[in-house]
Amino acid sequence: MNIFNIIGPVMVGPSSSHTAGAVRIGNVCRKLLGEKVRKADIYFHGSFRRTGRGHGTDRALLAGLMGFAVDDPRIPDSFSYAEKAGMLFSFHGIDLGEDAHPNSVKLDLESVSGRKLSIVASSVGGGSILINEIDGLSANFSGELPTLIVHNLDQPGHVAEVTSMLQHKSVNIATMQLYRSGRGGHAVMVIECDQEVPEESLDWLKHLEGVEKVTYYSLSED
Amino acid sequence: MFQSLEEILQACSEKKKLFWEIVLEDDCKEEGITREESLEKMHLTWKAMADSDRSYDPGLLSASGLSGGDAAKMDAWRKRGTTICGDFLNRMMVRALRVAESNACMKRIVAAPTAGACGVIPAVLLTIQEEKKLKDSEMVRALYVAGGIGGVIAGRFCISGAEGGCQAEIGSAAAMASGAAVYLMGGTNEEIANACALTISSMLGLVCDPVAGLVEVPCIKRNVTGTMNAVAAAEMTLAGIQTRIPPDEVIDAMKTVGRSIVPELRETGLGGLAATQTGQKIREALEREQ
Repeated sequence: MNIFNIIGPVMVGPSSSHTAGAVRIGNVCRKLLGEKVRKADIYFHGSFRRTGRGHGTDRALLAGLMGFAVDDPRIPDSFSYAEKAGMLFSFHGIDLGEDAHPNSVKLDLESVSGRKLSIVASSVGGGSILINEIDGLSANFSGELPTLIVHNLDQPGHVAEVTSMLQHKSVNIATMQLYRSGRGGHAVMVIECDQEVPEESLDWLKHLEGVEKVTYYSLSED
Repeated sequence: MFQSLEEILQACSEKKKLFWEIVLEDDCKEEGITREESLEKMHLTWKAMADSDRSYDPGLLSASGLSGGDAAKMDAWRKRGTTICGDFLNRMMVRALRVAESNACMKRIVAAPTAGACGVIPAVLLTIQEEKKLKDSEMVRALYVAGGIGGVIAGRFCISGAEGGCQAEIGSAAAMASGAAVYLMGGTNEEIANACALTISSMLGLVCDPVAGLVEVPCIKRNVTGTMNAVAAAEMTLAGIQTRIPPDEVIDAMKTVGRSIVPELRETGLGGLAATQTGQKIREALEREQ
């Protein structure tokens, strides 16, 4: 742990997990969507559902979706900023099951150009977060590293294609996870990298046969 | 990060350097940044702490309606001049309330080590700075002392109420503030560790029992008592009073005590004050609103 996590972060209160973590979930979702959010339907689970209003979790999440940082003093007024920006939003309760982290949230998002994204994320303590699911498939990454998510058909060779591309671009893999819905069905790889993946490589991946969707989470500012 | 206070003290004596400098050097090494970069960042953190006190708005209420305005009451009492423990300690109490209430009201604070305990360190340090007319550069060094202590506690145990109870949040904040206060008063490296031990010894076993699960009741007022514990331990230390149990062992005791705190008393809102009749009523009323 870094000293500025002990004396810090500088943040808008009241809770690192329920407020700062919620802002970060919003930040990561906005980047994954790749565009401004037009519509957000937000479903709170567990402790987020029970104590979210008192912790400003709703306002924090919305602020994060607009790209506000964890210490942005506009966080408490994010509803009115969102309304001014013409963003549609709604909040609901949900039960994501016993296995879900108590501080979990599901977001159904739509971008200004009509792109859709469904995400389940959780705030796991001290402002750290995990993205658990993207469009119904497991993901599990923290948003602390550049992350490449490739949805593909479950057939031989796709992992090799992606990893050799990364090797070619001198991108080191920090963690890698593979999931599939069933043999020969849909599969997803989630790769956290030490370096950013170049845009042309992402385009190249998108056009590969058998690759259904490429989502990239970059640390660079948009 | 250092795994024990003893390690920091050893590094101090080997390199003939002060506590804060050893912690600063360690941060530079771990993060791969220069001394200037680290100091600049800590300076901004100190500014943010001072702002979190200065920007207090007595008119604000928290979303639950449970908190707000108490720091203004405390300050009005202080100004009447008929307090029990004098102006200096009352100023500290005012600040602890201001920053902790601001946190509950969604204002900008520095989590130190957590958002729930954010009032303790600014209360102790800003008031000492005001009283002793110390420069900001000196205060930045004090924050490294506090950070070094917090880092050891986080490494040996934790700084989260959900894991270790309130002793790990307010208790840690007070231990950090106490060591920093001793440094500012010219205490030795060993005395910094001593103050940390004395503080934690007095706060072992403190449970985390927030009403309705919110960082408000009793968290805000515990920032005040944490502050008082911190200065009492610093004052005892400066008088030459020694801890009988070595500082790292005291931190380990906090860990074993933390392990035996039942889950109901670790931020679940199910035990202690949260489980009282009134605590339950408050929770039910808020859940209906939700």
